[in-house]
Amino acid sequence: MFKLKNRKNKTGRRATRSRAGDFFVVFFLGLLAIFMVMPMIYTINLAFKPLGELLRFPPTFFVQNPTLRNFADLSNAVASSVVPFSRYLFNSLFISILGTVGHVIFASLAAYPLAKHKFPGRNVMFTMIILALMFSPIILSVPRYLQIAGFGWLDSYKSILLPAMVTTLGLYLMKQFMEQISDSLLEAARIDGANEWKTWWYIVMPSVKPAYMTLTLFAFQAIWNDSNAVMLYITTESKKTLPLALNYVMQGGLPRLGATAVIGLLLMIPPIVIFIITQSNVIETMKSSGLKE
Amino acid sequence: MKKAVWNKINKHHTSYLMVAPFMILFIVLTVIPVFIAIFYSFSSYNVMQQPQFFAFRNLFDNYLRLFLDDEVFLIALRNTFVFAFITGPISYVACLLIAWFINDLGPKLRAWATLLFYAPSLSANVYFIWQYIFSSDANGLLNTFLMNFGFISEPVLWRHDPRYTLMVVIIVQLWLSLGTAFLAFIAGLQGVDRQLYEAGAIDGVKNRWQELYFITLPSMKEQLMFGAVIQIAAAFSVGLLSAELIGRPSPLYSAHTLVMHMEDYALAPRFELGYACAIATVLFSITLGINQLVRSLLRRSSRG
Repeated sequence: MFKLKNRKNKTGRRATRSRAGDFFVVFFLGLLAIFMVMPMIYTINLAFKPLGELLRFPPTFFVQNPTLRNFADLSNAVASSVVPFSRYLFNSLFISILGTVGHVIFASLAAYPLAKHKFPGRNVMFTMIILALMFSPIILSVPRYLQIAGFGWLDSYKSILLPAMVTTLGLYLMKQFMEQISDSLLEAARIDGANEWKTWWYIVMPSVKPAYMTLTLFAFQAIWNDSNAVMLYITTESKKTLPLALNYVMQGGLPRLGATAVIGLLLMIPPIVIFIITQSNVIETMKSSGLKE
Repeated sequence: MKKAVWNKINKHHTSYLMVAPFMILFIVLTVIPVFIAIFYSFSSYNVMQQPQFFAFRNLFDNYLRLFLDDEVFLIALRNTFVFAFITGPISYVACLLIAWFINDLGPKLRAWATLLFYAPSLSANVYFIWQYIFSSDANGLLNTFLMNFGFISEPVLWRHDPRYTLMVVIIVQLWLSLGTAFLAFIAGLQGVDRQLYEAGAIDGVKNRWQELYFITLPSMKEQLMFGAVIQIAAAFSVGLLSAELIGRPSPLYSAHTLVMHMEDYALAPRFELGYACAIATVLFSITLGINQLVRSLLRRSSRG
């Protein structure tokens, strides 16, 4: 594609962009940016505050004498729990990675025929997917509880992983993205003797890298941040995850605020890192996210 | 006849095998629960005993009880609507405006700005920090700030005064709401054909707002529709956030939502699962109904 230069007037600005307007935009974005990052910055500061500063009155926003004590204090903060802190971290990483891999495989596999094959039932399936996008699964937590109890999945990771693997947003985005693959490419693969499974793996998957990166981000983020499902379905302490450890430590009040903030920091880092890695892919994928009427 | 059907399935068996893992789990874990909720909403069920299904003439007992006998349900219903009608539209417009403003920045700066605005919904759990910002005593960050600048003379009970609790939840929800829709809008804006802006400038589009209205929005209709669906679903499902920020129950039920009400009945000590399923059914119908309504409004306005 060739690039067109924007039409600019004498001062080198686009004709539709006034100086006053630009000033307003920067001002408005700046104010909002402060509102958005302020809690994050506060969390980071709290994580490095020594006890004296945590208890100081009136409270300060920024840390003055940063310390790493709160990181060491984590193990004390969960000392009355039956499991060490590292277990919560491990559990969180374990279910987030496993659930993400499962979601990406299931969703990409199902998206391919939905995007590229014509078979009876396809439209019904896609309509159900769209309908499911319209409400949050939290609404179904009560009937799902009955069901999970009925299957005997309570207190097992199945109750967290299986619902997370079939989140419809991922299938929807993947299907939309796969529709852009040219049919002649697929046809060529078939003429060369590849069956549909091979076509999926060798032709389709490599050309939807932006989409599976996006699904990775969304699935990881959803499972990593979830506390609702773990609270409802998991009872054994040694199976609980990081967000629940945060609630647990937070009950210690102001003296434990530093340790709480450290957990907050740990919870913040992985999704942000994954987003930094995948951002351009995510935006590429979302270009085809549009919902046709 | 039977053979014809079998032939058809056989012909497409690879397609069915490929969708099977996802679709089977999806039907079991998302579609069937909808029917479970509707089914048990006509019963009284406490897990310990077999569910008692209502006789035909009092089939709707749970629903009648909700609307006629349960004052807290009506408060939760009102709060959920107030909440959704404030956070839904504001977050939608905020997603669009911020994405649009960011789109004028250079690529590097735009990437950082995207990260900055998307960060709260990326790391959603960090909302716990708002408890300390809105802390009701003089130790709270916001109270300290306002008192330093002389706006207030004594601490405001943000999380305990029924006048403020819902507002606190709304602010934090807005903070969390630049999510998937925001990313979709950023992508949609980048996908607008630049030649259209050129043509518009020649045709007399004078300022950025006219450009937005006449060129940009019509070229990203599908993203706008997708964003609406996502934001509405989010606006009606708030529960945990309110429970953790304000408490369960909140003072005078001032921040009580339908999701919280449903969980209150489903969990210990009540275990009234039939009743909780009736609440789930109401909430489900509202969400889907509003979603269809907004979609048809958007469709009509984009044609008109």
